[in-house]
Amino acid sequence: MKPNTQQLNDLTTQVRRDILRMVHAVNSGHPGGSLGCTEFLVALYQVLMDRKEGFDMDGINEDLFFLSNGHISPVFYSVLARSGYFPVAELATFRLLNSRLQGHPTTHEGLPGIRMASGSLGQGMSVAIGAAQTKKLNGDKHLVYSLHGDGELQEGQNWEAMMYASAYKVDNYIATIDVNGKQIDGPTDEVLNMGSLKAKFEAFGWDVLEIKEGNNIEAIIAGMTEGKTRTGKGKPVCVLLYTEMGNGVDFMMNTHAWHGKAPNDEQLEKAFAQNAVTLGDY
Amino acid sequence: MKKYTNTGNKDTRSGFGAGLTELGKTNENVVALCADLIGSLKMEDFKANHPERFFQVGIAEANMIGMAAGMTIGGKIPFTGTFANFSTGRVYDQIRQSVAYSDKNVKICASHAGLTLGEDGATHQILEDIGLMKMLPGMTVINTCDYNQTKAATIAIAKHHGPVYLRFGRPSVPNFTAENGEDFVIGKAALLSEGTDVTIVATGHLVWEALVAAEALEAKGISAEVINIHTIKPLDEEAILKSVGKTGCIVTAEEHNILGGLGESIARVLALNTPAPQEFVAVNDSFGESGTPAQLMDKYKLNNQAIVEAVEKVVKRK
Repeated sequence: MKPNTQQLNDLTTQVRRDILRMVHAVNSGHPGGSLGCTEFLVALYQVLMDRKEGFDMDGINEDLFFLSNGHISPVFYSVLARSGYFPVAELATFRLLNSRLQGHPTTHEGLPGIRMASGSLGQGMSVAIGAAQTKKLNGDKHLVYSLHGDGELQEGQNWEAMMYASAYKVDNYIATIDVNGKQIDGPTDEVLNMGSLKAKFEAFGWDVLEIKEGNNIEAIIAGMTEGKTRTGKGKPVCVLLYTEMGNGVDFMMNTHAWHGKAPNDEQLEKAFAQNAVTLGDY
Repeated sequence: MKKYTNTGNKDTRSGFGAGLTELGKTNENVVALCADLIGSLKMEDFKANHPERFFQVGIAEANMIGMAAGMTIGGKIPFTGTFANFSTGRVYDQIRQSVAYSDKNVKICASHAGLTLGEDGATHQILEDIGLMKMLPGMTVINTCDYNQTKAATIAIAKHHGPVYLRFGRPSVPNFTAENGEDFVIGKAALLSEGTDVTIVATGHLVWEALVAAEALEAKGISAEVINIHTIKPLDEEAILKSVGKTGCIVTAEEHNILGGLGESIARVLALNTPAPQEFVAVNDSFGESGTPAQLMDKYKLNNQAIVEAVEKVVKRK
């Protein structure tokens, strides 16, 4: 049974707490983008994706997800653990020596839920397109999802992949772009202005839809459900998800400062106070 | 020494094409991707026979490697095809993260490797690809010597689980290994001719040159043992140590930069086990240039005469 909105919001708060604890514990990692994509990944794994029990690499007869912007590993790990892929207690090993929870996600340590290493940016769309092509060859009607940072689109490989996906009608695929308008060195418009992402994806032959409230779980479910109805119609689907980096922690919002910085003890307590509901911290 | 018969010059890339054609018939999981070089890679037959399993990606090698990695998820065995330069140097990070680190069952098939690409010149003549690929953990690196062996290797790597770099070339060269490929086993050195005075270890197009050199050396009273190292990684260390244990010195020959190639891999094995004099027939840390393959192999000293000279030098160092 799918969780209701209250349960989803509670889980979202818990994932936020996990993210904050993980990066605080090792004084490293990327909380900003993780917090901004928390609602999206909770909605994807808890509501939107058709997933099998357990994990196998081939993922036949289930939907697949690829995280291209691997630095937001904290939110990915928390959502995977709380969706049953591995014990929640293992979140405590994030970025530690001998952990399966490497700084950036990897298949190398055999962590269930991960199908591709990511971290070096710009590679996930090609991988997702390949997986989508294999689904077609296998007669598997399930979908492939991916998530990318907006700054990540500055990598040229994305545009090769975008050209391919429309030219060859990869229409069993939904690529979501986390449009938070920020990257390490500042606002994306200042670092390298990409102009209109909507116009660019459309010019590359994609069906584009926007989710203006990218941190509202009901808006995400509605938007992505609409996105699913647009698959199978000859075009790859792009969702522009407008989010707030650092969402849910007031002092981490409206700045790019928390892209890759961990909170100190005092900041952690302050952030927890703003995210008080817990389903049980790890 | 054992004699080999050239059954007629053929290009190794056509061996790849023939192997892929065979795989198309025998393994439905094999898929092929190409970056706008179908004719050069001899992939026409596979494309014609299995259009649904053939993916033309355009001039976009990074996307090709990423797609190939993704296609393994669900059980496909992707073979990518383009020139060696665009198969490695251009897409190193894609191979590193999406293929090697992610342990994906991708076969990176690279034609036009080395100087023998010829007239196109140094932009296309990669001499660093073996080094780039052998440094990646988990990557198997194979450089075949003739048509028959390239066909056999193409078929063999489909059965081998894990990332593979298969390197071959453009020019027509002597075809002399077993037609049925029975002498090709991944990771197993092929002892072509036994000898007692020097070991010549060659890979790729230099293997035939090594056999020619061994004949010339025999006439000069030097008995050369010739070994074909088609699999540069994992290296058949046992075969090398056994041979050098007998001969006491070695010449390595390859169409690659002296830095990072087969010769360095063998020097490491010898240094760790039984240090022995070694001479290198390889490109001396330079780029290539335009010219016919024969002119280039002559100018850069990658031929049987260069091997003979290296042998004469190394035997004196014993």
